[in-house]
Amino acid sequence: MILSVRDLTVTFRTEEGPVRAIDGVSFDVAEGEILGVVGESGSGKTVSLLAVMGLITDPNAIIGGSIRYRGTELVGLPARALRKLRGAEIAMIFQDPMTALTPVYTIGWQIAEQIRAHQKISARAAMDRAEELLAEVNFPNPREALSRYPHQLSGGMRQRAVIAMALSCNPALLVADEPTTALDVTVQAGILDLVRRLRDRHGSAVVFITHDMGVVSELADRVMVMYAGRIVEKGARSELFGDPLHPYTRALMGSIPPLTGERPRRLPAIPGSPPSLLRLPQGCSFAPRCPVRFEACEARPALPAGARAAACFRVEEFQS
Amino acid sequence: MIYAILRRLGQMLFVMFGISVLVFLIFFATPGADPAARIAGRNASPEVLEAVRHSFGFDRPLPVQYVLMMKKIFITGDLTSFVNRGWKVVPAVLDAIPVTLSLVTGAAILWVVLSIFIGLVAAAWRDTWIDRGLMALGLLGISMPVYWLGEVMNLLSQSRYHDTWLFSWVPPLGYKALSEDPKGWFLTLVIPWVTLAILYIGIYGRVLRAALIEAMQEDYIRTARAKGLSESRILLRHALRTSLIAFVTLFGLDFGALVGGSALLTEVVFGLQGIGKLTYDALQSLDLPMIMATVMYASMFVVIANAIVDMVYILLDPRVKTA
Repeated sequence: MILSVRDLTVTFRTEEGPVRAIDGVSFDVAEGEILGVVGESGSGKTVSLLAVMGLITDPNAIIGGSIRYRGTELVGLPARALRKLRGAEIAMIFQDPMTALTPVYTIGWQIAEQIRAHQKISARAAMDRAEELLAEVNFPNPREALSRYPHQLSGGMRQRAVIAMALSCNPALLVADEPTTALDVTVQAGILDLVRRLRDRHGSAVVFITHDMGVVSELADRVMVMYAGRIVEKGARSELFGDPLHPYTRALMGSIPPLTGERPRRLPAIPGSPPSLLRLPQGCSFAPRCPVRFEACEARPALPAGARAAACFRVEEFQS
Repeated sequence: MIYAILRRLGQMLFVMFGISVLVFLIFFATPGADPAARIAGRNASPEVLEAVRHSFGFDRPLPVQYVLMMKKIFITGDLTSFVNRGWKVVPAVLDAIPVTLSLVTGAAILWVVLSIFIGLVAAAWRDTWIDRGLMALGLLGISMPVYWLGEVMNLLSQSRYHDTWLFSWVPPLGYKALSEDPKGWFLTLVIPWVTLAILYIGIYGRVLRAALIEAMQEDYIRTARAKGLSESRILLRHALRTSLIAFVTLFGLDFGALVGGSALLTEVVFGLQGIGKLTYDALQSLDLPMIMATVMYASMFVVIANAIVDMVYILLDPRVKTA
């Protein structure tokens, strides 16, 4: 396992009391696999991975549990040691390429900066490496792109530059936080293709965060579904998509338009909205919106251990 | 790049032309007032009035008057103050420029360096006692009026404690030319520099701290952290560079205004015959030619300072180039 997260909790102190954004999340990432993390906004998918990266800078955040990267405990690791991993072994791609790059430096400068933060090489060599990286992420004219500023590039090109930067030190683990959400559909396909190819070439493990079930079904080896700060279902892609167990996952699947056959006049939507983290229901947090809830849902269903599991009392009834 | 600078210079000339026309019209075409009488001063004899009228072309149409006026200021330089009995205006302004420039430039160097330092320290140790202490000091600096602070400085360094080791180096008030007496120039100006700079250190330190803290919330700062950069590098290389844009804007406006005469209070308190003092005296005696010349000069500096700021923008922020 390259990454083992156990009982991760992230709590924010607020004026209205503590808010538990992540509540006991545990998962593993194996070397070279692509793990898809799905959920609505506010489900905690981004926060949990920011916690892994040590990028939660809010002084009101309290992080608990254990995050192990190749055996090294990251929770409570000194900032200096964490910095050595960050960008070198664990890299991250962010959602909005329009704002993810510093506007006043060239693409080449920003990539070379990361390389030189982790490797003792000359500025010249770092620039050459940056050019190779840009070529690798399919920049049409990598040498010229080195001296381009972020505002001179399109969104898709910026995201490629961000990816090139993330890959600059050959990270073993790449965390991608909705890297295609801000992009056009045609550009999206190119970026997804790129992520998959890079995994194949470098063998990096990828954690891919998205709210797009379509993207996950295309890319991920394994999938985990998050709701209100907890994992509600996990499994291999084929299992999860072939036979979703949790009513929330089933509802999410229902909102994907079918590719063949008659299109429904309106796509089914999940009634209600995600619960406020300040006022989570006592029992199952999906219960208020769940079409199949019953008395038992007053209690909180645990996520069983194992590779394939769902946190629901009626799993057996749905299993086919 | 060169084209952008040339275009900027062209705009600058155009703005200065506009200002000169406006100032000219306010002083010389105000209905119901006789500019000749005002230039000649109170109780002028009819002969003087006639001479003024002829010299400034008040018997000819307005555009001719404007051209004559500009010729007197910029080409022949023989604009004469009648209130002050034949005092040549242009040399007087030229004499005052180095005084004001010395005062303001020195203070500007002080306030830029110190406020960047304070802003960075306060932002890096945000919400700690260091930050609060520095911001309280800044507020104190902003709250002290420069004429009061100047007088207190004078009281301490010129009389009360002048003979102690602390202030015995302070020369008497007044200005010494840099070319004649560099050491004297420096020593006489140290206290005026500090006095003038304190207000701006407070303002700029606070502005920079706010800009830095805002910049530190940006997505690209998170990217920089994800890259594994150190906090000091993130602050200095990524946040400071973008935060300096607001800082430079403010600096251009303040520097231009100060060189243009806003340093009046400091000049008066420390007995420096600068542009501010010159303008103030001219206004007291309604010396129209002098006012005209100093206003032209001041507007020129504000416009030049702004043009320089625009060019610094291009260096700081590559996005400006294409705009």
